[in-house]
Amino acid sequence: MTVMAKFSEWGRRTGTALAFCGAAALASGCATRGDNPKDPYEGFNRAMFAVNEGIDKAVAKPVAKAYDNAVPLPVKAGVGNFFGNVGDLWTGINNGLQGKGDDGASDIARLLINSTVGIFGLFDVASELGLEKHDEDFGQTLARWGVDDGGYLFWPLIGPRTVRDTGGFVVDAFADPVGWGIDPIPVRNSTIALRFVDIRASLLPTDKVVEQAAIDKYSYIRDAYLQRRRSQIFDGRPPKLQEEDY
Amino acid sequence: MKKLFAFLFTCLVAASVWAEEAPDVMVKRVSEEVLDIVRKDKAIQSGNPNRVLELVDAKVLPHFNFRHMTALAVGKDWRRASPQQQQQLMQEFKTLLVRTYSNALTSYRDQTIRYKPFKMNPGDTDVLVRTEVVQPGNKPVQLDYSLEKVDDDWKVYDVTVAGISLVTNYRETFAQEVRSGGIEGLIQSIANKNKSLEANPPTKVEKK
Repeated sequence: MTVMAKFSEWGRRTGTALAFCGAAALASGCATRGDNPKDPYEGFNRAMFAVNEGIDKAVAKPVAKAYDNAVPLPVKAGVGNFFGNVGDLWTGINNGLQGKGDDGASDIARLLINSTVGIFGLFDVASELGLEKHDEDFGQTLARWGVDDGGYLFWPLIGPRTVRDTGGFVVDAFADPVGWGIDPIPVRNSTIALRFVDIRASLLPTDKVVEQAAIDKYSYIRDAYLQRRRSQIFDGRPPKLQEEDY
Repeated sequence: MKKLFAFLFTCLVAASVWAEEAPDVMVKRVSEEVLDIVRKDKAIQSGNPNRVLELVDAKVLPHFNFRHMTALAVGKDWRRASPQQQQQLMQEFKTLLVRTYSNALTSYRDQTIRYKPFKMNPGDTDVLVRTEVVQPGNKPVQLDYSLEKVDDDWKVYDVTVAGISLVTNYRETFAQEVRSGGIEGLIQSIANKNKSLEANPPTKVEKK
């Protein structure tokens, strides 16, 4: 199989699944328009949130906990660095698409350094050399191009995404080197699963805080996600909102 | 005589500089003081909630402006609350924040804090001090403090973790509570949350 064929096959599957979910969301969303302008599909979202809490409690969290307890820190760090390194290519491209050429060049330099000196990305040597890791994805690029967020959605497994960022996520999945760059399908799927567990495990310390802090967990997570995205889009320096006065 | 005056004058200037500790210096001093205690205190490390609360109460809380924080979290309904309701809201919100985030201190292990370069103009009364929590094997987490000048002291009125304000993140939830139960309903729901936290004290934050 050529790289392009694999690429499109991976994208087709992911895309179809998400398009289907998207249609379902909009269909049920229209019926349950809430009174919060940031969350027009609240009814659908709360239902999906409940589904996700169930999956998380039954499968994702126990697996992540087991991984977190069983795997020694250096290995976990290596796994995190490996996926971080794989992601730097797409981060760099997105920085380029947003007109931040210097940042993009730095991301590609990170990729080259970490893939070689950092032994296939297991060590983040570039950060120690002062090349800061950036956080970019296609949803942020769309936002910088002026695309409106289109309202908040909550997906099982994927979690919170606005409509725009769901679209961005599909493009991210198309571009994902793990999706098109790994040949034997079982290896590819295991890699995707490992990344999922790695991400979930990295969120474990946050769970307790959210559990304690939130009066309504659903809206606490929604508002945290929306604030976090705003901060990411503005690279950690979002302009102050007018509504922050009282 | 001239020399004596010069000396006294220098002392005065030095004293006033000392009184007006710069906001970034204050954040750094308090952070390091607190983390130093946590590093040495076995009771805190094993998750003893009372010890942590004592520490936070003595070292951290004097530098926070809870009135401003509560007003920010409540948003435009704040002005509609009576002075007594404002007082109650402030008390309950303070309890909630302190309980929740003091507990996070017990999971502190070998992270270090990086203080980012800080600039301010002489007349500024509202500033942002930016720091980063560096943890081995993980991406650094951005941790920013918004401070305002109250009389001669700098007070924190918002804390932002990874771009998420721990204060304004409550705004939508609080507005929802006010819509359904009024200001009284909001006070009640925060109080209930605090009671349930008190009834089931977190045994221990999951270790990293």
